[in-house]
Amino acid sequence: MSVLVYTESEGGNFKKAAFEVASYAKEVASMLGTTVTAVSINASNNEELGRYGVDKVLNVSSGNLEQFSAKAYAEVIKQAAEKENATVVVVGSSIDSKFVAPALAVNLNAGYASNVVALPESTAPFKVKRTAFSNKAFGVVEISSDVKLIGLSSNAFGIIENEVSAAVENFEPAVGDENFSVHVTAVDKATDKVSIADAEVVVSGGRGLKGPENWGMIEGLADVLGAATACSKPVSDMGWRPHGEHVGQTGKPVASNLYIAVGISGAIQHLAGINSSKVKVVINNDPEAPFFKAADYGIVGDAFEVVPKLIEKLKEFKANNA
Amino acid sequence: MKILVCISHVPDTTSKINFSEGDTKFDTNGVQFVINPNDEFGLTRAMWFKEKQGASVDVVNVGGAETEPTLRKALAIGADNAIRVNAEATDGFFVAKQLEKVVKDGGYDLVIAGRESIDYNGGMVPGMLAALTGANFVNTCIGLEVEGDTATVTREVDGGKETATAKLPLIVGGQKGLVEESDLRIPNMRGIMMARKKPLTVVDPVAAEEGVKTVQFEKPAPKGDVTLVSPDNIGELVDLLHNEAKVI
Ligand SMILES: Cc1cc2nc3c(=O)[nH]c(=O)nc-3n(C[C@H](O)[C@H](O)[C@H](O)COP(=O)(O)OP(=O)(O)OC[C@H]3O[C@@H](n4cnc5c(N)ncnc54)[C@H](O)[C@@H]3O)c2cc1C
Repeated sequence: MSVLVYTESEGGNFKKAAFEVASYAKEVASMLGTTVTAVSINASNNEELGRYGVDKVLNVSSGNLEQFSAKAYAEVIKQAAEKENATVVVVGSSIDSKFVAPALAVNLNAGYASNVVALPESTAPFKVKRTAFSNKAFGVVEISSDVKLIGLSSNAFGIIENEVSAAVENFEPAVGDENFSVHVTAVDKATDKVSIADAEVVVSGGRGLKGPENWGMIEGLADVLGAATACSKPVSDMGWRPHGEHVGQTGKPVASNLYIAVGISGAIQHLAGINSSKVKVVINNDPEAPFFKAADYGIVGDAFEVVPKLIEKLKEFKANNA
Repeated sequence: MKILVCISHVPDTTSKINFSEGDTKFDTNGVQFVINPNDEFGLTRAMWFKEKQGASVDVVNVGGAETEPTLRKALAIGADNAIRVNAEATDGFFVAKQLEKVVKDGGYDLVIAGRESIDYNGGMVPGMLAALTGANFVNTCIGLEVEGDTATVTREVDGGKETATAKLPLIVGGQKGLVEESDLRIPNMRGIMMARKKPLTVVDPVAAEEGVKTVQFEKPAPKGDVTLVSPDNIGELVDLLHNEAKVI
């Protein structure tokens, strides 16, 4: 028996989310009185997982798997789970992890709970809390299958250090050609930018910014905070920003520690996507904007005056706290 | 080409969410139901194939009789046939098992589902359906073309997008981007009249084990009031974010 965690990496390095799912798996393993095994695909810093409580790493290194393939990755994780006799498997909530998980659930005959936000309330019966109704509610689900698959929401649990020494073992699963029937022909990815999924801070702009030419200040604010940039739906619909930046019910979910909304009204569909962010700051010139009801901190004022001043203050703060 | 579009019947996006029976059931009182937004993009893309390349389009929902108006709406938009699997859609795997049978019986080349439904947000039905049927699968699909037996798909990835090719049969988990929002269709009178005459077949469910069950719902704790900071004193916001919220 063990808890298996899939620790996602990119370009040979673990994503921040990998440390979070590992931290979570460690706690679940403690509840069950067992150990944590991670399965890592083409990562070079496997030992690092020990810092987050991983006892053993199954290291898969394969040229075939350099390009993400949901079916092949599901097969790898399944074989790792079987090898370890895992009763709980934990994955993250990145786009790729959410792509892999349903197939993995079928392959393992596992009940799958996605968007999980907390540790199990009990392990017998196995109950966990997840978000539902576009973040307007939570549902406690009971997983009754022998193997349980948990998709942990990003930034829901946090990263917890729990130093052990991780034994790294090479693992060579048999992954047949039939798993590579979707052929990637082009990847178009801004690698230098913080992605919304990984970001601890997200700075988002709405229609109140009037046009794409004004995004410089949103990027400036994101720069000082090391944040990802995002936008409301009309902004991407009008082509001011790429579709991938649109957050909300029909866009990306944001679960950052800090979400700063500039010139966004706070329509219910927008809030649905950002409700699980911990601290929300709103800058809007309309004191009646619904976002003020959802926000923790707010400034009623013109974005074109407030944002440049905020950037300046943050720069001062950083200089003083460097 | 034979296309199946999976339609989830979900509360309208602006619905207030309430629960009944000791917070164990979603309270449908006063709730308006709609086609799941992600599915609506898929349905419109399917209409495009029908009109531009020639294709038949069926729609399917797993649900009770109360979901029929949603299926009729899909027929009014232009789908040819509707299928309803007569069972309460309790868990994603159960739904995928029902769809597996519909897909196998119907011999579809292309199945378009939504990336996730906006009620339970499971994000699992299309992927599970693909695993059960053995079809190729692309999730978070934002672009879809088919030529002969090969599809070219674009999917969203964290921080960008990716293009791939795959042979049919193919299942996609679709979302906005499959078509633009301005292309979404509202049923017109003629469509509504025609939809009344189109077939809506009700089929019995197959047995499937239920692995995951929602036993309790909760609403988030009410939020405290917003702390307003004067635009003349922006330093205070930086201070609050550092000392009080501890996020910078
Ligand atoms: C089915 C469905 C799904 C949807 N999904 C999403 C979704 O996923 N994400 C999403 O965002 N929306 C979604 N929407 C749209 C949503 O309902 C709103 O229309 C949208 O969020 C509004 O975006 P906005 O706040 O940027 O624009 P607006 O509503 O135009 O608001 C702009 C705000 O900027 C403020 N403002 C203007 N000028 C200034 C200034 N100089 N300084 C400061 N503030 C200023 C205004 O006071 C206003 O509050 C969806 C709608 C539907 C029907």
